[in-house]
Amino acid sequence: MRIFDPHIHMTARTTDDYQAMRAAGVQAVVEPAFWLGQPRTSVGSLTDYFDALIGWERFRAGQFGIAHHCTIALNPKEANDPRCLPVLDLLPRYLAKDGVVAVGEVGFDSMTAVEEDVFRRQLELAGAHALPALVHTPHRDKVAGTRRTLALVAEVGLDPGMVLVDHLNELTVDLVDDAGAWLGFSIYPDTKMDPARMVAVLQRRGLDRVLVNSAADWGSSDPLATARTAEAMLAAGFDEDQVDRVLWRNPVEFFGQSGRLLLDQLSNATPDAGQTFEGNSLLRGERVS
Amino acid sequence: MTNNDVLTPTQRQATAVALAGVRADPSSIRVRFPAAARTIARTTADPGDLGRFRAEDQVRLSLLETFAEVTSDQEALVQEIEDLYRYGDGDERRAVLLALSHLPIDDRGIEMVQDALRSNDPRLVVAALGDYGHQHLDPAAWRQGVLKCLFMGVPLDLITGLSSRLDQTLRDMVAAYAQERTAAGRAVPADAQRILDLSTDSTETES
Repeated sequence: MRIFDPHIHMTARTTDDYQAMRAAGVQAVVEPAFWLGQPRTSVGSLTDYFDALIGWERFRAGQFGIAHHCTIALNPKEANDPRCLPVLDLLPRYLAKDGVVAVGEVGFDSMTAVEEDVFRRQLELAGAHALPALVHTPHRDKVAGTRRTLALVAEVGLDPGMVLVDHLNELTVDLVDDAGAWLGFSIYPDTKMDPARMVAVLQRRGLDRVLVNSAADWGSSDPLATARTAEAMLAAGFDEDQVDRVLWRNPVEFFGQSGRLLLDQLSNATPDAGQTFEGNSLLRGERVS
Repeated sequence: MTNNDVLTPTQRQATAVALAGVRADPSSIRVRFPAAARTIARTTADPGDLGRFRAEDQVRLSLLETFAEVTSDQEALVQEIEDLYRYGDGDERRAVLLALSHLPIDDRGIEMVQDALRSNDPRLVVAALGDYGHQHLDPAAWRQGVLKCLFMGVPLDLITGLSSRLDQTLRDMVAAYAQERTAAGRAVPADAQRILDLSTDSTETES
């Protein structure tokens, strides 16, 4: 089984997670730029974070045979901090890079006017850079936030096929489906979907334009939630080709629209934990040569 | 270390289009430069071949030269180069470093060279010890760079002007390094031995 986790925050995860993910079949991931537990208060800390996504984290994933991509954006929560806003002017530099496969996560958190302005500007950036957009839907007031999201996409004039609306549930799936955008589901303990409910959604509406992710991050979450969902699909009577479609071909098709996937660099070679990135290996201590 | 032959005719044509774009809108270099490998030319051969001047290096050099042609204010030129370096990934930073000696910025690129030497990225350390570093690094920083290459296992052949700048101080540093290796029961790298064997007849310590 091959798995592409289209939404996971690996900077918050351990090498044990990478190892377990690769053993479960995860061969590619997308790590969206988002907020951390601790708010950032300057442009520099955001760009250092972006640099880690295109540099160190990609290297770290590669050591475990996993192709790492990212999306870049100013997230909605930190969009409300005027000290972070100037990072918008720097985004084009990052959106031009290989491995940056979408603008994201954009969207709403508290549905403020500033959030909407920043959301709109970044949807326009996605259009200008021929990139898909990855949209976070809010934890609170999710249905209203999803409606406003879809209206904004239409106002900006983005092709809905270039938009992935994430963290959906039973109450928001049809709104996004009807708009023609891609449907993202996070299998995340307690607050989002679980494998059984995911399977029920798939049985009801089919596999078209559906992406399943773990959204694993610094909270209590499961980087193997994609594999658990694959198992639940098989147990419910879906065949392996259908599992492959949802957990590999669909994310490749969506993010492939960026032209910036790095899957040709996937190798089946034995990962070498002794390799270095800027001189830092995953091993600690002096290397004996 | 430039060579237009690394580009095919089609890639040269695509480069010319990009250069015209920079002339028309100089700030477009901010996206043309990072996108150069994907959109114009990429050398897919062994990325571990640190000394190779790659197709994307040539494209990025041309972009910078064209930007310099249309930017009369040296202050603005230096600022743009520094920004391309700051917001670049490893390959983009390497391309900036390799281009410095071709740009009319006198010694004002030295801080980028120093930043690269602080990194432990072999791509950057080697590029920092190229033509520009050879011309502008002070002796102490240059010697530390050479020593760093020995530590990192980077071939010293890739350093511009090694034999002409080699002095007694560097020989002493390398000798101390070799002694440390020997005391620890480790092999002395062949490159270190080579420096110790090199004649220093013509090399007085630079001050």
